[in-house]
Amino acid sequence: MLVDAAAESSSAGSIVYFSTKSGNTHRFVQKLGLAAQRLPIGREEPTLRVTTPYILITPTYGGGEVKGAVPGQVIRFLNDEHNRRLIRGVIAAGNTNFGDAYGLAGRIISEKCHVPLLYRFELFGTDDDVARVRKGVEEFWKRQT
Amino acid sequence: MTTMQRLSRVNAINWNRLQDDKDLEVWNRLTSNFWLPEKVPLSNDIQSWNTLTQQEKQLTIRVFTGLTLLDTIQSSVGAPVLMEDARTPHEEAVYTNIAFMESVHARSYSSIFSTLCTTRDVDDAFRWSEENPTLQAKSELILERYRSDDPLMRKVASVFLESFLFYSGFYLPMYWSSHAKLTNTADLIRLIIRDEAVHGYYIGYKFQQALAEATPERQQEVKDYAYELLLELYDNEVRYTESLYDEVGLSEDVKKFLHYNANKALMNLGFEPLFPSSVTDVDPTIMAALSPSADENHDFFSGSGSSYVIGKAVATEDDDWSF
Ligand SMILES: [Fe+2]
Ligand SMILES: [Fe+2]
Repeated sequence: MLVDAAAESSSAGSIVYFSTKSGNTHRFVQKLGLAAQRLPIGREEPTLRVTTPYILITPTYGGGEVKGAVPGQVIRFLNDEHNRRLIRGVIAAGNTNFGDAYGLAGRIISEKCHVPLLYRFELFGTDDDVARVRKGVEEFWKRQT
Repeated sequence: MTTMQRLSRVNAINWNRLQDDKDLEVWNRLTSNFWLPEKVPLSNDIQSWNTLTQQEKQLTIRVFTGLTLLDTIQSSVGAPVLMEDARTPHEEAVYTNIAFMESVHARSYSSIFSTLCTTRDVDDAFRWSEENPTLQAKSELILERYRSDDPLMRKVASVFLESFLFYSGFYLPMYWSSHAKLTNTADLIRLIIRDEAVHGYYIGYKFQQALAEATPERQQEVKDYAYELLLELYDNEVRYTESLYDEVGLSEDVKKFLHYNANKALMNLGFEPLFPSSVTDVDPTIMAALSPSADENHDFFSGSGSSYVIGKAVATEDDDWSF
């Protein structure tokens, strides 16, 4: 877990993310270098409980079906109403090879939680993606009052 | 290779005892993506096919013949060698699925041919494929690695085939689709494109796992070999692309598509992308043909920022959700 003291003491929220064993999303978050908490991978492990507003970053599962596109561990985390109240935006990983389903998990969460889909990236993201998200996240929290 | 423990004996496979959850996750994904070419109404493209010039028809048949060769290699050589290197029985089973789907892909191109083309034109294209030096060169570059006794490089070659080499070919049906031509054929190709993404991801994942166990020196060596092979394949792809697409004036955009996908192939292996975004800016209409929602206005950070993007209504009835 990365905890950046500067980010914590400011009014900025944090990042909550899920990444499977392949670690693509984890790698993207590491490159961002922002305060972040990772959701447990194990389906039996208790999920996280957050205390501050956050942006959720998640991969998209499956090959185009809406059902199953959001990882179960993310659903479990969002099923907790307390966690759900604090989400402010979502960023989704995916692959354009999945056509319409590119970053589908992000669209589903955006709609269900009524928060904006902030960004989508492929695999672990390019340097451009990282720079854009870092800047975007910073400005996003500034605009939130 | 001494660092790999291949499966030396066969035991009954127990899917309820997994060494690696990823095997089941990918198995489920692949089996739920299963399809056959009969599912796509290719004959609806006959009229559209007849609007193409003879030159465009020839290009299309050649491109699909080149793709057929890659799928044949992956089905009959690639997946079987990966099976030999499998670390878990479940990984082996995933490769049997991949091997079969590659046969379905190869079979699909022949379905397109029998629906749209004359036997003579198709025979000509197969003859062309056997004699075309750049097509033969790419096949040889991959087969050489498959024949070698280096399980890591076999996976590298396999990911490059899955995630990079197909794209000089996939470009064309996306191009036709963006011009409202051969749209059913494009639907079929999109099913193939979807499969290849899962194949490249999974083989790349298994590669990264095996690489993590190697010494730092060996890791560096494999990484160097991988970039070297990519560049060798890339140079050849550029020549292949020019030999096919120069006459229709599309080579430059196809090359951007190559850069974009080469980056993704490297990422599947866990390596940093090589091509800067200044040369990966594929024509947006091609990207839209690949992924209708890929354009930048679908998210908050890339758009003007004035539009507050909330996901469009998608029916999300997943049993797990409780709200
Ligand atoms: Fe294939
Ligand atoms: Fe494949």
